[in-house]
Amino acid sequence: MERRDFLKQTITIIAGAAIPASALEFINPKSLFAANGGNTRWVFLADTQKCVGCGFCVKACKLENEVPYDADITRTWVERYVICKDGKMRVEGNMSNPGFGINADSPKGGRDGFTTAKIEVGADKHVEIKDEDISKAFFVPKLCNQCDNPPCVQVCPVGATYKTGDGVVLVDRSWCIGCGYCVMGCPYGVRFFHPVYKVAEKCNFCYHRISKGMKTACVQSCPFGARQIGNLKDPNDPVTKVIMTGRVGVLKSEYGTKPQVYYLALDREVR
Amino acid sequence: MSHVWRPLFVALALVAGILIFRAFYVPKEFGIGEAGYMYGWHNPNNEQYWKDIKVKFQGSAYCKDCHSKNFTYIRNTPHAIIPCEDCHGPGMDHPGKIAKLPIDINRLLCLRCHAILKYPNSDRGKIRGINPATHQDPNVECVTCHDPHNPNLGALKKSGQRFPTYKLEAGAPEGKSAGGAKK
Repeated sequence: MERRDFLKQTITIIAGAAIPASALEFINPKSLFAANGGNTRWVFLADTQKCVGCGFCVKACKLENEVPYDADITRTWVERYVICKDGKMRVEGNMSNPGFGINADSPKGGRDGFTTAKIEVGADKHVEIKDEDISKAFFVPKLCNQCDNPPCVQVCPVGATYKTGDGVVLVDRSWCIGCGYCVMGCPYGVRFFHPVYKVAEKCNFCYHRISKGMKTACVQSCPFGARQIGNLKDPNDPVTKVIMTGRVGVLKSEYGTKPQVYYLALDREVR
Repeated sequence: MSHVWRPLFVALALVAGILIFRAFYVPKEFGIGEAGYMYGWHNPNNEQYWKDIKVKFQGSAYCKDCHSKNFTYIRNTPHAIIPCEDCHGPGMDHPGKIAKLPIDINRLLCLRCHAILKYPNSDRGKIRGINPATHQDPNVECVTCHDPHNPNLGALKKSGQRFPTYKLEAGAPEGKSAGGAKK
């Protein structure tokens, strides 16, 4: 072996070995399940087949968590996806889907449900898709993913947002300076400013409810069982069983945030 | 002392000032917590703030004792899956401060599920729906004809009866005088 080849191969091997195995794992609930420390890790399971887009979850969330009802902000929301057979987008210039052939909307975050086939494409602008043109159509509930590696927490310059021992990301309202780094840092767009408290606001799995042994407001108000919350460290929890043994997906796993909202029947079009 | 060093002293004084301010201003409880320095640097007392938020939605079991008649009446119907508070509003402060919960009988409430959307990949496509623009008089509330606690279409068609009897029972706990359901 020549000296040059030896050096080349050495460098290749070292570079390869430097990548931790965890960097190549996109979803691994098992590692969290087995992780040390505490006996609670709150996780969420959303079923996009069961969701009918009634929006009772969004309504309940806003009332439960005192999020101003008519302001265009919400801790959780429901998105509608309609994909046409010809793969073409009926909606032009919609920010959320630039040219992927997906028609998506979430009017008022789905607070009042989806009561019409017309898809909202802007203020008072709608487009209607005929039933026979639809190839796929479904609803997706969205909420904070309570990431195991929460980028919003990492960027907070003052320690006002943090991850609790049971995996929920909270905001300290008395300490937040309103810089907005976390709003920009969240890949899922779940953070916003609370117009009353003037600080960063986000879904916290109804921390006041789950810490009392109750379900979150959205889970309790869902008539169809499309939303479920569970403790990943409890092997007998029905949610844990589904996550460990079922076919689940997460959103934007490629960001390495290790999101803990798992989806059943997730489609590749959903972002 | 050379004037060259002066900016250094100014800088050192600034740093010292900031450190002293920080020592007084940052609460002593601040720590890295269970989640480690990168994700857990916070004031642990704040967790209690979030635990102390008032619970508004009580769950259907909360309604069971006083409203047992309606609670059991709905059990054998397709609407059994709908929690009471979805239509009746959060049960917080009821009874007590709020004697009567406002019942949402708006047509839009029913349309959340029953506006027809033939979506193949959602259970929405399986729910019996209507076209809100053409079904009966769009200005009339659904509960004028349909009983939300027993949406039995067969019985409705057979009897042809409007203003179903449930309205007489609605709202009031058993044993008390029945009040009107509206408003």
